[in-house]
Amino acid sequence: MNYYLNHLKELEAESIFVLREVAAQFENPVLMFSGGKDSILMVYLAQKAFYPARIPFPLLHIDTGHNFPETIEYRDYLVEKLGARLIVGSVQENIDKGLSIEEKGFNASRNGLQTTALLDSLEKGKFDAALGGARRDEEKARAKERFFSHRDEFGQWDPKNQRPELWNIFNGKKRFGEHFRVFPISNWTELDVWQYLAMEKVELPNLYFAHKRMVFEREGTLLADCDYIEKRPTEVVKEMMVRCRTIGDMTCTGVWESNATTVEEIIEEVAVTRQTERGGRTDDKRSETSMEDRKKKGYF
Amino acid sequence: MEYKDMELLRFTTAGSVDDGKSTLIGRMLYDSKSIYEDQYEAIKTTSERRGEEGVNLALLTDGLKSEREQGITIDVAYRYFSTPKRKFIIADTPGHIQYTRNMVTGASTANVALILVDARNGVVEQTRRHAIIASLLQIPHILVCINKMDLVDWKEEAYEAIHEDFEKFAAKLDVKDVSFIPISALKGDNVVNRSENMDWYEGATLLHYLENVHIASDYNFIDTRFPVQHVIRPYKDEFHDYRGYAGRVAGGILKKGDKVTLFPSGFISVISKIDTFDGEVEEAYPPMSVTVLLSDDLDLSRGDMIARENNQPRSTQDVEVMVCWFNEKPLQERGKYVVLHTTNEARCVIKEIRYKLDINSLHRNEEDKSIKMNDIARVVLRTTKPLFIDAYRKNRITGSLIFVDEGTNETVGAGMII
Repeated sequence: MNYYLNHLKELEAESIFVLREVAAQFENPVLMFSGGKDSILMVYLAQKAFYPARIPFPLLHIDTGHNFPETIEYRDYLVEKLGARLIVGSVQENIDKGLSIEEKGFNASRNGLQTTALLDSLEKGKFDAALGGARRDEEKARAKERFFSHRDEFGQWDPKNQRPELWNIFNGKKRFGEHFRVFPISNWTELDVWQYLAMEKVELPNLYFAHKRMVFEREGTLLADCDYIEKRPTEVVKEMMVRCRTIGDMTCTGVWESNATTVEEIIEEVAVTRQTERGGRTDDKRSETSMEDRKKKGYF
Repeated sequence: MEYKDMELLRFTTAGSVDDGKSTLIGRMLYDSKSIYEDQYEAIKTTSERRGEEGVNLALLTDGLKSEREQGITIDVAYRYFSTPKRKFIIADTPGHIQYTRNMVTGASTANVALILVDARNGVVEQTRRHAIIASLLQIPHILVCINKMDLVDWKEEAYEAIHEDFEKFAAKLDVKDVSFIPISALKGDNVVNRSENMDWYEGATLLHYLENVHIASDYNFIDTRFPVQHVIRPYKDEFHDYRGYAGRVAGGILKKGDKVTLFPSGFISVISKIDTFDGEVEEAYPPMSVTVLLSDDLDLSRGDMIARENNQPRSTQDVEVMVCWFNEKPLQERGKYVVLHTTNEARCVIKEIRYKLDINSLHRNEEDKSIKMNDIARVVLRTTKPLFIDAYRKNRITGSLIFVDEGTNETVGAGMII
């Protein structure tokens, strides 16, 4: 008998180990759920990690109020199916209360305001660990992220002073008021995620599959036409076959021209594509280090 | 779906700006089509803006602002690429002595250490340092890439001389499997494609080596060790008396029906079931994450260990380790630290510093016992409660531990158990 795991099963085993460490080391963890495929994968892995018990922490969704309606539908369906507890942190509420100020103009986005709502929700719930589905292959600042990432009492990340992480030993020790961000799928790539979702036949929102949608082009990126984005007079809306590679809110998530209608077709597409998945994210394009800058302040 | 047969291989690279490490990684990523157009465009723009000649592939791995400003890699950067046979995780670490801690971190989970040697300079201090760290961290396979062969006219003699030099030095180390490949990362010779300039070399290319090196035996499949990570109690009607011990197999093979000994209690029981979300399995082996159920209702919780009756870990409060120190605050003799070992936690006192190891010469310095950041030393500890340990040589999981500062909570050192 050959004792070996394929790469997907080995990644799964690593992620399950990390999820269980969180349940064991922290008193009050929470899983940040965006509705995207990475957080869907996280929920699925958490289900595996604690079976036959329920997932021992709630899901936290930071709602910008600018979501694709499909995202919310899928979220509610999943929560119901798992019997999980859902907490919603609302950016709109923060704006209404005057805690956040909305950006104006053509490229206005609530992406930056998510940080305030997120830190607020973490504080309110007294959560000491927030699980996220970030991957190191996504973005260069994330390539330096630890599995267990320490945050000070202001939720800030100090990339130059990260704890060394060796073997499978994770140090989650902290002072009162500090918390951790934990990233169990750090070592997965976009392709690994799709291959795994296909292998395990995980249900996904329709947004990931090619569908007809009204879109327009801005700086080389296709955006879905919606009320939340102010269009320039020169920007023309047309119908195209598109799909999402990442799902954020509608103002900053680019869609891609695609005919992939099954997970297998998506895998083929991802395997030969020449653009990174965050290539369609206008929030990353603001400067060369915009992800690092946002992360330092507490962005997910 | 051919991707279901892919294996995962982790390797570490270490090197400085000049030995072509970034070029080599860039070459592997580029030739295996793992660099995306928008990434390539972004670093091209940055290179041009800085007035650099050509596209600086090092910008791909240097992610942090301060790293880009200084043009150096400070932290471990993880890179990913895959071929139809394997998925690769590169832990890319800086090679300078002041970053020993990062090299150690990258090496801790690696199957292969990739050591780069400049064909013009041969085996230098940095080469020796990398090899010593690979040996200390027990990386199962070492691959020495003799780079810049184009600058020594592709001569076999240059390659042979370095090969011999390295082997002579490696004889003093604890390394099992060493291979050599002459390459030119810049021109691409023997990286992904076979060199036309070195017909005297008949071995594998770098990528062929990485795709085929035998890693299935890198884990310990002999000595059964299962550290309990978390106890699963569903509190659901259909799983009324369910009490499962969740964890990741750290060694050996667990089978249903096995008679096992529990630590620290010493009780004996039998594995009644090995459970997963996907159903029951007959056996579990490293690195699987499973849930083990026992036939008796015994006291067993996080930090405890399941082993075989006739093959047990050492249960002891006296532990001797090689430690690599990570913190600006030096290691204190008589100092107290928290120790994390598998899923277990204890406190310890440093009873004795035996010697400091010079990681350039292997010299054991018994006079100077000031252990500062990036130093490696042999120390003796006494823990507040027994740990269930193996020698690091025998098992990298049950043989390793980390030190945590009780005041700052920082990870201040890593220990390999002797």
